[in-house]
Amino acid sequence: MSQFSVPWKPRSEVRYGFLSRVIIAIAAAIYAIFKPVVSRFPGLVAWAVLILSCLLVWAHAVIFDYVDETILRAAADQDITRPVIQFGSPSTWGYAPSTIEPLLAGAGMGSGFASLCKYALWPLQFIIVRDLIILAALFALFGLVPAYAIWWERKVAGRIQSRTGPMRVGGWHGWAQSLADGLKLVLKEDLVPDEADKPLFRVAPYLALIPAALAFVALPFGVGWVFRELDVALVFILAMLGIEVVGVIVGGWASNNKWSVYGAMREACQMVAYEIPMGMALLVPIVCAGTLSLREIGEMQSGGWFSWLAFSNPFAFIAFVSYVIASLASVKRAPFDLPESESELVAGFHTEYSGYRWGIFFLAEYAAMFVVGALASVLFLGGWNSPLPSSWAASWGDGWIARIAEGILFGGPLWFIAKAFGFVYLQMWLRWTLPRIRIDQVLYACVQVLLPLTMLLLIGTALWVWALESSGFAVFSSIVSVILGLIGLVFAFGFLGIAGYGFYNQRRLVGRLNTDLLSGS
Amino acid sequence: MVLRLHKLTIPSLVAVAGLLLTAAPALALSAGGEASPTEATKVAAPGSLFDAIMFYVVALVTVVSALGVCISKNVVRMAVWLFCTLGCVGLLYFLLAATFVGAIQFIVYVGGTLVLLIFGVMLTSKSPWARYETHPVELSAALVVCVGLFSTLCLVFSSMRWPVVQWETEGTAVRDIGVALLTRYLVPFEAAAVLLFIVMVGAAHLARQEKK
Amino acid sequence: MLTIGLTHYLVVGAALLSCGIYVMSTKRNAIGILIGVELVLNSAAVNFVAFDRFLVQTTLDGQIATLFVIVLAAAEAAIAVAICVNLYKNLTSVDVDQASRLQG
Repeated sequence: MSQFSVPWKPRSEVRYGFLSRVIIAIAAAIYAIFKPVVSRFPGLVAWAVLILSCLLVWAHAVIFDYVDETILRAAADQDITRPVIQFGSPSTWGYAPSTIEPLLAGAGMGSGFASLCKYALWPLQFIIVRDLIILAALFALFGLVPAYAIWWERKVAGRIQSRTGPMRVGGWHGWAQSLADGLKLVLKEDLVPDEADKPLFRVAPYLALIPAALAFVALPFGVGWVFRELDVALVFILAMLGIEVVGVIVGGWASNNKWSVYGAMREACQMVAYEIPMGMALLVPIVCAGTLSLREIGEMQSGGWFSWLAFSNPFAFIAFVSYVIASLASVKRAPFDLPESESELVAGFHTEYSGYRWGIFFLAEYAAMFVVGALASVLFLGGWNSPLPSSWAASWGDGWIARIAEGILFGGPLWFIAKAFGFVYLQMWLRWTLPRIRIDQVLYACVQVLLPLTMLLLIGTALWVWALESSGFAVFSSIVSVILGLIGLVFAFGFLGIAGYGFYNQRRLVGRLNTDLLSGS
Repeated sequence: MVLRLHKLTIPSLVAVAGLLLTAAPALALSAGGEASPTEATKVAAPGSLFDAIMFYVVALVTVVSALGVCISKNVVRMAVWLFCTLGCVGLLYFLLAATFVGAIQFIVYVGGTLVLLIFGVMLTSKSPWARYETHPVELSAALVVCVGLFSTLCLVFSSMRWPVVQWETEGTAVRDIGVALLTRYLVPFEAAAVLLFIVMVGAAHLARQEKK
Repeated sequence: MLTIGLTHYLVVGAALLSCGIYVMSTKRNAIGILIGVELVLNSAAVNFVAFDRFLVQTTLDGQIATLFVIVLAAAEAAIAVAICVNLYKNLTSVDVDQASRLQG
């Protein structure tokens, strides 16, 4: 090796540190344990892990409910007073573990189990502990969503271009590709250009990441399954989507590279422009619902497919379409992906980025795609409710099985995540189908088409809601909403029908090479 | 090939620190008396200790980043410090249970005004390192004036006796603000609308390209 | 110390005000001065909301005043950035000391 002279200073060869050894040992052990199962039933395992992790992320809600019912309410019923401690000012404190034990035993828990659980359940009385647990779960989901979406996007792109996409890592359709990519990105050298503004260059990815993570904080995944139930949740999430652009601009500027600056400038003007039609389109369902709280809006739409706000009046229906277009631009997806158009600006604002900082930008982008989709599903397509009216479940009782079945059939976080991913899929589909448009066309579409359109929609909705006060118009309105719901049903079934036709005729449509000859496809 | 896993250590520590940084504003979001989802969690809060800790954290970051605006020489860095200050002021509004004002601060101030400022910086600088030096005498005079102002204000505040008002538990409803804007404050509201329209036309006129 | 009162928020507001005035008086870059103005406006806004929270409580005067402050800050920033761009076109610099042509 020594005969090569390199222009940079050679680095000292550091081998594994202690932490690295621990990580390697754990990873190898996990791999050894799960290898036989994963290699035999890879697809099954992948789906099971995905659904289980979605459920586990929200398992805390069930436990917190249990603590509320068995400990706090029971203690309040039996008039057990809380201990008061002196901590600056006198404050009430949680019930001691010795107080908790008889309560647990009273709720039907075995005495041995209760004495174990009293220590585990004791911290869950405090808001701060609950908050930290939910935050951990939320950030786990925040990491999971982009990792899954990136793999999915590569598969979708492959299928659209008659390829197979990643196939190797993990066995079943390359499901572990994102994990491998993430590991690769973390291991790569953290390059910072010499002429860059170094602190800003380093901090910019986090400026994009933190708002994207904060948007998850206010998303309602279900009734009561929301970290912070803000009464201004919608404005807050929109603000977070808007703030994300600061990270992109700062990153592009700090790179000290003209492609990066061009990308950043385009991003800034596109983002500032499209925020307005996007917000206006979102105001249409707000006017219909009469509240800014996402929970109330979601609960309003629990009456099945025809009660969803997109079908409540023709203006909302058009607003839904214009929101989808504007949201594409605001998360810089094709055909509006000018900030990173690789045919003209090398890679746009992240030209100079590599390694895990580049990965952080991607994490933020895919998380924003999910948030945008989640907003669309809450405001237009029923949020966490399924297309079946939840009143059908009224007579099912309050048992465990009934509750689980209700959560799966009529509404719950799984529906919410599925709908949001449906929008993510739509964004991918459009990206790999449509050509990129020019920057002047982007701004023309915003200022001269979408902006006046959404303003008219807003005024129209306001008039419609005002006219609803007369009973004759209310009848007319419900007829219109049924018609719109039927149109939506036709679209949905048409979409499913085309997908099914494509699936059963794939051999004819994409050729035998992809379906038969490539292994695993 | 040697798999250099030791490189994982620093990035993962940084990532953990970043997540903690994210957690702090997320926690601050509702500490100011946001209605808790259940009765039980509301009574389980250990006094207002949590509020106090969140206030001190957010206030510290606000002041430190405001000082960062003062110290930094480069305009883009000033704007990034200002971003931090504005965000923390928004969190202060949330701590004061003014959720609507906080959200508006985020969407208009941080998402709009600040982006406009950075845009202005990019349009008006020849190189990223363009600096504008100030005379040391001016700097020290300004420092004396500002420190004097701050200490005088603090003295005044410490000598004031404000009436003690009980901390309400629930925040203000958005509906109340909407009703107030369209009844008591209708005239200023409309005036602000007209002003914004004039500003839009004026800014477009000022910044237009001259036709040669 | 552990009960947060009006004074705490006023001190934060005062710190923002002092920093803003310092920035306004020392920076030579027109946009830097604008950033100082934003700091001062924010200090006023924090005070408005704090007074609203701790002293008024029944009406929303303070919060609505803050909303108007935010709107006016946006308007002021738009005009000021346009002026800066114009200044840059004429002088190829945004140093406020160079904009002295009217002094004769």
